[in-house]
Amino acid sequence: MAEESVLTDDFIRQLINVGEVDVLVGLPTDNNAETIGPIIRTIQAGILKTFPRERAVIINADGGSRDGTPELVMGASIDDVRHAYSGQALRTLHSVSTQYAASPSSDTALRTILAAAELLRAKACAVISPESTNIESEWIARLLRPIYYDNFDLVTPIYRRHKFEGLLMRNLVYPMTRALYGKRIREPYASEFAFSGRLGSDFLARDIWGQEGGRVGREMELAISAITGAYRVSQSFLGTKDRVERRPADLVPVMRQTVAVLFSSLDTTFTVWSNNHGSQPVPTVGPEYDVTLEPVRINRKRLKQMFSNGIAELEPVFKSILSASTLSALQQIASLNDEDFRYPAELWAKTVYEFAASYRKSVISRDHIIQALAPLYRGRMFTFLVENRSGSAEDVENNIENLCCEFERLKPYLLELCNGGK
Amino acid sequence: MREIIWQELTQAMQEAVRGFAHLLPRLIVMLIIAFAGWVIAYLLKWILRSILRLAKFDKLSENAGASQLLNRAALPPSTELLSRFVFWVAWLGFILIGVSLLGIGGLQQHIARFFLFLPRLFVAMFTIFFGLLAASFFSRAALLAAVNANLPSPKLLSISIRAMIIIFVVSMVFEELGLAEQTVLLAFGIAFGAVMLGLAIAFGMGGRDLARQFLEKRFVREKKNEKEDEPSPL
Repeated sequence: MAEESVLTDDFIRQLINVGEVDVLVGLPTDNNAETIGPIIRTIQAGILKTFPRERAVIINADGGSRDGTPELVMGASIDDVRHAYSGQALRTLHSVSTQYAASPSSDTALRTILAAAELLRAKACAVISPESTNIESEWIARLLRPIYYDNFDLVTPIYRRHKFEGLLMRNLVYPMTRALYGKRIREPYASEFAFSGRLGSDFLARDIWGQEGGRVGREMELAISAITGAYRVSQSFLGTKDRVERRPADLVPVMRQTVAVLFSSLDTTFTVWSNNHGSQPVPTVGPEYDVTLEPVRINRKRLKQMFSNGIAELEPVFKSILSASTLSALQQIASLNDEDFRYPAELWAKTVYEFAASYRKSVISRDHIIQALAPLYRGRMFTFLVENRSGSAEDVENNIENLCCEFERLKPYLLELCNGGK
Repeated sequence: MREIIWQELTQAMQEAVRGFAHLLPRLIVMLIIAFAGWVIAYLLKWILRSILRLAKFDKLSENAGASQLLNRAALPPSTELLSRFVFWVAWLGFILIGVSLLGIGGLQQHIARFFLFLPRLFVAMFTIFFGLLAASFFSRAALLAAVNANLPSPKLLSISIRAMIIIFVVSMVFEELGLAEQTVLLAFGIAFGAVMLGLAIAFGMGGRDLARQFLEKRFVREKKNEKEDEPSPL
């Protein structure tokens, strides 16, 4: 069995004590003592409220926290929560915690949750980020109901976002996933999502686990597996996504978790994406987008400067990745001043596709290809910020829709590149 | 007197003819070995060239930066060069085996020494190739990291790393070949030490502010980070 190598004896004993469950909520943690208390209580409330008659368990997969996070999870009293829903709650709500390693790994954390879900034969499972400080009990219902009652296999979230947040998702991950696989999933990489026991078991059985050091972006792989396999996918609107730390994550690691996984999927799913045309909306609970417009301070000048520097300094690297015409077009726009600078959607889509094809052919180290894309993404980000500076929510949405259409229109170009042309 | 001279001459002639008669079969065997060696070496060259082309070795050597070096030296592409090298080494090996059969005194030792040298030559070639590959990989990694961290002079950093790795590899190759070991070791020590001292002085004297900024960025979390002004990617 796949889970044998990842579950410790003690953890298996705890799971055996729990027995079979209907609903499982996974909570991967790593030194989250600051936030975990309210989050675990909200999850408990969500389960008791939405699934009062079902057997449920909360699984905490901890990556070696030294601040007492697992103790907080295990010690979280559900008496207050139960009191609020005493009329409905009929079952025991178990909490199980395991330390899967001495250092955190999102790959092993997800694997632990999947293995536990398979062992407990959970019908519907959700993964909740321990950093979602503004989680509401309703999130549990929105994520798990479509799986448990409507037989969906994967539910991805839609968040209320500021118009200038999640730009990598809006400018690359969403448009390219949509163009490749024909499904309009807004957040293919999410820290909160839900999946069916069937999808979880099938994904766990795949020959992708156990690589030394693990891989990043398994969540994205799970989403791509669901889209390309015979699984039913839907989206649920959760509300505002708040993080503990407002400082944005470093760009390159984020690109490894998302863009690299998407580019890698070109190999394994060639027959699927090469035969797909256009895109279809997926069933969605709640609005498909919700954009906030309050003013924010962004250093646009720095983005443009990093783009221009990148073009000048990385020319030999770009020569092995990009076609001569694309590189020349990029050099041309890099020489423009801030007022005239514009990285058009068509050129951006072509750039991304040429990077994807080069990644597939491994023209240089794959990780170097991902790193080389970062300065170009900053240029595109600059254009997005300028184009939507005074735009309304609808304007931003139209802009993203146009970009997606450009990615879909240029898909034959990607196919041509992957078939040997350049 | 005349007879004696004639007799000596005849004897010398007979010995020469006898000697040649003894040598002739060996010479023929040597020529056969040399011919067979040529055929085998040619086959080896052809097989190796096909394998390297299938393995896209030219692309690999382009990535390693070896192709650019060969171009500058007006040498053929790396696949062709390596297969030609193998051809000549194999054929020379066969010729020397043939020559050793002639039984010429003193030559045997040199031939044996040549065959003992061959593995070291191959190790040196592999060291050069993989050294160039490593130099190319790490210099590109440094370039990308420096560009993404918005550090000043990323190219200078990348070239420095490349140069240091190449110096290190060349000294390893000389040591492997047993050429001027002491001199190369000393030269490498001096050059490497000078570069490190130069960098330390340059960083310490000229880059005090840069070093402070770097350390503050790295270790002082409260310090305002420029990235705060960059929108969240996810």
